[in-house]
Amino acid sequence: MLNFAQVGNDLYTGKRSIDFIGRQKTWYAISGVLVILALVGIFARGLNFGIEFSGGSEFRVQGVSNSQDYEQKAQSAVGEAGIGGNVVATVVGQDTVRVQTEAASERTEEARAALAKTFGVQEGAVSASLIGPSWGETVSQQAIRGLIVFLVLVTLVMGLYFRTWKMAVSGLVALLHDLVITVGIYALFGFEITPSSMIGFLTILGYSLYDTVVVFDKVRENTAEAFATKRMTYRQAANLAVNQTLVRSINTTVVALLPIAAVLFVGFTMLGPGTLLDLSLALFIGIAVGAYSSIFIATPLLVDLRRKDKAVVDLDRYIARHGSKGTGRDALAGIHADGAPEPAVVGSDSTGAAEQPVDAAYRPLHRYAQAGPRNQPKRAPKSKR
Amino acid sequence: MTFVARTNTKTSAVRHLLALLLIVLSLGALAGGLAVWGGGSTTPRLGLDLEGGTEMVLEPVLENGQQVSAGQIDQAVDIIRQRIDANGVSEAEIATQGGKNIVVSIPGTPTTEQLDAIRKPSQLRFRPVFVQAYGDPRSTVNPPTTPTGTPTGTATGTATGTATGTGTPTATTPSTSATAQNGVVPPALSAATTPATPTATASATTPAASSAPTTTAAAPTAAETEAAVKTQVSAGLVTMGWDKAKADEAAAKVAKEYVALDCTKPGALEGVSDLKDAPMATCGADGVTKYVLGPVEIDGSEIADATSGFQPGPNGQPTSIVEVALSFNQAGAQKFADVTKRLYGLQSQPPLDQFAVVLDKSVITAPQARAVITDGRASITGSFTIDSAKQLAQQLKFGALPISFALQTSDNITPQLGEEQLRIGLLAGFIGLMLVVVYSLIQYRALGLVTVASLVVASIVTYLAVTVLGTTHGFRLTMAGVTGLIVAIGVTADSFIVYFERIRDEVRDGRPLVAAVETGWKRARRTIIAADAVNFIAAGVLYFLASANVRGFAFTLGLTTLIDLLVVILFTHPTVQLLARTKFFGGGHKWSGLDPQRLGAKEEVRYRGAGRFGPARPTTGQASGQTGTGTPAGAATPAGSSRLSQRKA
Repeated sequence: MLNFAQVGNDLYTGKRSIDFIGRQKTWYAISGVLVILALVGIFARGLNFGIEFSGGSEFRVQGVSNSQDYEQKAQSAVGEAGIGGNVVATVVGQDTVRVQTEAASERTEEARAALAKTFGVQEGAVSASLIGPSWGETVSQQAIRGLIVFLVLVTLVMGLYFRTWKMAVSGLVALLHDLVITVGIYALFGFEITPSSMIGFLTILGYSLYDTVVVFDKVRENTAEAFATKRMTYRQAANLAVNQTLVRSINTTVVALLPIAAVLFVGFTMLGPGTLLDLSLALFIGIAVGAYSSIFIATPLLVDLRRKDKAVVDLDRYIARHGSKGTGRDALAGIHADGAPEPAVVGSDSTGAAEQPVDAAYRPLHRYAQAGPRNQPKRAPKSKR
Repeated sequence: MTFVARTNTKTSAVRHLLALLLIVLSLGALAGGLAVWGGGSTTPRLGLDLEGGTEMVLEPVLENGQQVSAGQIDQAVDIIRQRIDANGVSEAEIATQGGKNIVVSIPGTPTTEQLDAIRKPSQLRFRPVFVQAYGDPRSTVNPPTTPTGTPTGTATGTATGTATGTGTPTATTPSTSATAQNGVVPPALSAATTPATPTATASATTPAASSAPTTTAAAPTAAETEAAVKTQVSAGLVTMGWDKAKADEAAAKVAKEYVALDCTKPGALEGVSDLKDAPMATCGADGVTKYVLGPVEIDGSEIADATSGFQPGPNGQPTSIVEVALSFNQAGAQKFADVTKRLYGLQSQPPLDQFAVVLDKSVITAPQARAVITDGRASITGSFTIDSAKQLAQQLKFGALPISFALQTSDNITPQLGEEQLRIGLLAGFIGLMLVVVYSLIQYRALGLVTVASLVVASIVTYLAVTVLGTTHGFRLTMAGVTGLIVAIGVTADSFIVYFERIRDEVRDGRPLVAAVETGWKRARRTIIAADAVNFIAAGVLYFLASANVRGFAFTLGLTTLIDLLVVILFTHPTVQLLARTKFFGGGHKWSGLDPQRLGAKEEVRYRGAGRFGPARPTTGQASGQTGTGTPAGAATPAGSSRLSQRKA
């Protein structure tokens, strides 16, 4: 943070470079572990669905001054109203008791009255929600349908926008990766899934796509330049793009997360579970994971997918051939006579990084120009001929 | 050349800002105007979860357990609206959702009885009319044209259809002959009253005439009315073949109910008893007419179909008469034939020749029988408009669809809880906004102020838009909507960051600020539009897929995405354009956030001719004697597909 702009500059020029592409195996491994953990969470631990999915009643008693023994109080009040089964009571915020019971369809009024009496509040301070059993099914179907429609649309948008299926596929993989990990976190920590969280999950897809669009935009720009000028390999251009957008990615992510964090904090401390908290929790996790995947998963995957492309291979060959002739890096370094420090390549491993041109964004000088003033053909003086 | 370009960008920047100002002002004027003249408010309308109230999701279910098809949902909504109105609940909002469910929002908490009344299956029944009167029972049953002292003897006489001495037959004759002209068409009925068009009576029976035999001219007391009604009902029951003693007993009971009934009061129908085999006293759907009706003769489930349209003339050409065509199934047709036969015989004694179509206790129409209809295909005419006929046809069709409503969810929020939620939501939004402001000030220094200003503009536009939409489209801001607005702060600030980073990139490439702003904008615009499009599509899809309670989230997200685009194009970019010309920003002040030095602007190496190379700026001057004055102008030309190739020149 100290000198964020400076880091940004260095990343932009390539003076400092993080080898996102070269270390793809590391990122894949990390994500693989996360996804497996998430899947284990989802299938072994199961998801904690809210009463919206299973059906039931929820009462909120507001303004409870004495919340001692609230569990027993709630239990007895609900029992009094003739509702059997499991009763879950929790205190949310400062003075609100939340009571969840089985569906109290016909007895909602009785339960409200009983709760109000037991907790010593006015009946008007007790809110009641009832969710019928078939509603949950409708909601689940709706969510699944939403997911499918969304994925299809997103694929279409990606395909149309980037016009290459490989970009679309990489974006989609990153998207699914985000979704699985987010849902996995919900499963592992036992967060309650409600229709609001569902909407949150779908929104994450939008955000993830947004991040990927920003990064891929730059990748496309850089690689198009690389193909045109033949000064960088495809992966180098892509890596530079990720580095150049890194500051932007971090900034946008932080700015997106800040308000959500505020909502999360306020909602958690003062309001308890509800639309506000459910939505913001899903978004918070999802946006954080989405930022990670757009940098560490989407672009490396794209490079891997295009590795075998003819144009990419040709470019690699060209660079390999001409680079060895001293066209690239050596010549450039020589020209930087004004004492630019030797670039520090951060975290690059041996492969590929070594031949990465330092100032890749700079246009190299023409071969003849590099040698300085052109030598005119010299002819020996007549006397010496 | 450079000069001209600058002037142009400056004018266009000012023009953009003015356009934005115009939009904001007109939105403000619209909101203000709606508040003053349109019954709107100056604050956004709040949803039930912020204001307190009850929201129910009801799913229509047919009696035999079938699901209601999408086309029938609208009818179901009408039924619910009718029931809610009949229960005296004000300001209810009813909407369909997902082509399957009906969302009902009611302020306050409904009682169990009200809930049941809304949910129970609808019932359409045909009953004969015994008494029909308008308005308050004590005053308007009084018919001015009726001869006084109609003896009870006359009433009994009606049983045989030989009543004489009243002026009523003349009143109805003209309309009878009118329909006779179209007599070639399917057996016709003429509507006495329809809920939509009370004037329908003009073509059929007048109220005075219809209640003629029942009442006396002297302003009748409640007791007198009761007695008259009792006599009339008893007589009517006897025509249906009831035993006299039984008829008297039932008539006495219903007459009492009739007197107690006040149709003008909301919720009047709540106390009405609706027994299949007994006469009932009830109200018309217009809320004015009062009836005493006989026992059920035909059940609505025996209706096969009902359509509305122009009545076909003798040679099949449509005429200008609007009709509702009704057809019964086989059993229904048989019953209907019997009923019309009997009623037709009573034609001289209105209202006994009428039958009422009763939907959920309320009479939707009470036509006279003008013919004996044996084939179960009836046509109801009267002074319908196409719309009112369509409505009636739909209501009749319900007879074939006894719909009840399964309660899917019911969400009740007390006003206190709603208020608290709103307060907390706003607090969270404020904290979030402050965090973003602080962050962008740290990151972008003075340029961060542009972010703050843009966010302020975006907030104003959003506030106005939500307020206006609340008035014009009934949009209500729910908790989910508030969450969407808070989340949108991030989205909106995102586009500023994309833009600023682009400008910085250009400055790093060594462009002077004015040029950097233009090139940076050109590139950032593409990204911003793409990203906003993605967000907007996402919001749109979410809107259509989300369940009702989280729809607000998708809506506000979509709305703010559009506003974001508006603000970036019309405010942020023009402002930066103008600021780039100031000394503070353009000169790259240390705190401007665009200091080339701090951004490490590239010391570009250029070929200077004569075999010499040097930096573009005359700062370090490695290569001797370079002035480097020519470069900024070159950089000011907008970059095309590749700026590198351009510099080659």
